[in-house]
Amino acid sequence: MQPVGAVVPLKVDIAEKTFRSARGVSITALQDLSFEVRQGEFACLLGPSGCGKTTTLRILLGLDKDFSGSFQLPQGGSNRIAAVFQEPTLLPWRTVEQNVRLALPKSLRAKNLDGLFDTLGLAGMRSLYPAELSLGLARRAALARAFATEPAVLFLDEPFVSLDEQTAERLRHLLLTVWSARPTTALMVTHNLREALMLSDRIIVLAPRPTHVLGVFDVRLPRQHRNSQVMSDLLRSFHHRFPDVT
Amino acid sequence: MTALGTDGTRDAPPSMSGRRSLATALVPALTVAVSLLALCLLWNLAASVWPSRAFPGPAQVWQVLLREAANGDLFYHLGVTLGRVAAAYIVAMIIGSVIGVLLGSYRRVDRFFNPWVILFLNIPALVVIVLGYIWFGLNEAAAIGAVAVNKIPNVVVTMREGARTLDPSYAEMATVYRFGRLDRIRHILLPQLQPYLAAASRSGISLIWKIVLVVELLGRSNGVGFQIHLYFQLFDVAAILAYTLAFVAVMLFIELLLVQPVERHATRWRRRPA
Repeated sequence: MQPVGAVVPLKVDIAEKTFRSARGVSITALQDLSFEVRQGEFACLLGPSGCGKTTTLRILLGLDKDFSGSFQLPQGGSNRIAAVFQEPTLLPWRTVEQNVRLALPKSLRAKNLDGLFDTLGLAGMRSLYPAELSLGLARRAALARAFATEPAVLFLDEPFVSLDEQTAERLRHLLLTVWSARPTTALMVTHNLREALMLSDRIIVLAPRPTHVLGVFDVRLPRQHRNSQVMSDLLRSFHHRFPDVT
Repeated sequence: MTALGTDGTRDAPPSMSGRRSLATALVPALTVAVSLLALCLLWNLAASVWPSRAFPGPAQVWQVLLREAANGDLFYHLGVTLGRVAAAYIVAMIIGSVIGVLLGSYRRVDRFFNPWVILFLNIPALVVIVLGYIWFGLNEAAAIGAVAVNKIPNVVVTMREGARTLDPSYAEMATVYRFGRLDRIRHILLPQLQPYLAAASRSGISLIWKIVLVVELLGRSNGVGFQIHLYFQLFDVAAILAYTLAFVAVMLFIELLLVQPVERHATRWRRRPA
């Protein structure tokens, strides 16, 4: 399928982001962080915990405006952004389907979502409230919400954290299925190297605080060929290039 | 242990659970009826031990109630008072909620206006009513406004607490997905504030109707408060009690038929407590 509309890549050029603590101590979280995600590409930001990945994402989502530098989001097509947060962040007082539809612009509110719900295995759960879902199912609903909006760019903030490995693996495959149906420029934050190698076209490796880009690791192999043999090869060459990153 | 019991009914055969749920539905209603009946008997007993014009028994009060209902006075005055209660309630809830949410969301604004809130919380209802009538005349707007001003600070305090508990992650989700202003209020803000709205409403209605009576007593020529004032001058305690109990009954029906169903609907997404 054709990637929709987007012609400009995701371009990030953050000069500095500083947090000031209550006592007036300032901590530089990001410094000279710049990278690019090509249009229609799935990229991962890989780095250790607490290295400012989520901060970067919050800046790109427009939730944190207190930084110096600039970034450019993919333009064209819908111009919308979508996010899958660390927590599912579903409204507990609305059903799964209402949660998904509320995120849609008015013109798309009535659109047919059967296919998306079927793919994500949520067909029977559209009228349930989030409290009635397991964490895994709630995350699927959060994925459904993000993909339903047909965004120009998709941000994912460790969407599979605190799930057991089996559930996380199932969800990764589901993510790939819905993503492949409509390849969208996507940026995912993760500290899980295997996850990054399995999902992405390019891995942007971050150094710890103040965060900057250590290097970029491109995975050119199509995803369907990434079996366990290939994965261990990828892992080895990754470790060869970035010996300090685990 | 009670949790086990209620779970147990779910596994029981359908006929059994049906009968048992009917019984569990009836028991609280019966308890209320028996409890009220006991109160009436006690009242009757006391009235016959100390017979006095100032302390009529339930039978006398009932007779006055029937008389007033038959000539239409009762429903007219109940209706007028109920209208004032509703108007003051709506005005107080809307203005109080808006101010409360603003104060709860902006700390600097709160710091500045907090003394005002404390001041208004502590102005006696009577003073507000008297000043209202002096400044704005003996009219309906002054009456309802005075009642609302008495209630607004309470709503502000409750809703301010509510606004402080708002979860920013929902607001951020709404920003990312570009929710409109109305959608934000309806789907993000109000559901989070619902328990606080319910608390403010509950304490609000009972407070408001008591103040409405004072307003009617001081400056209106109809309503339950006016009637009570009239019968006070005639020293007719039976009529005073008749009007009071009739209005309490009205408020009880509002609680059962309006407030509770609305609340059940608003909290349908919460898991039922075991």
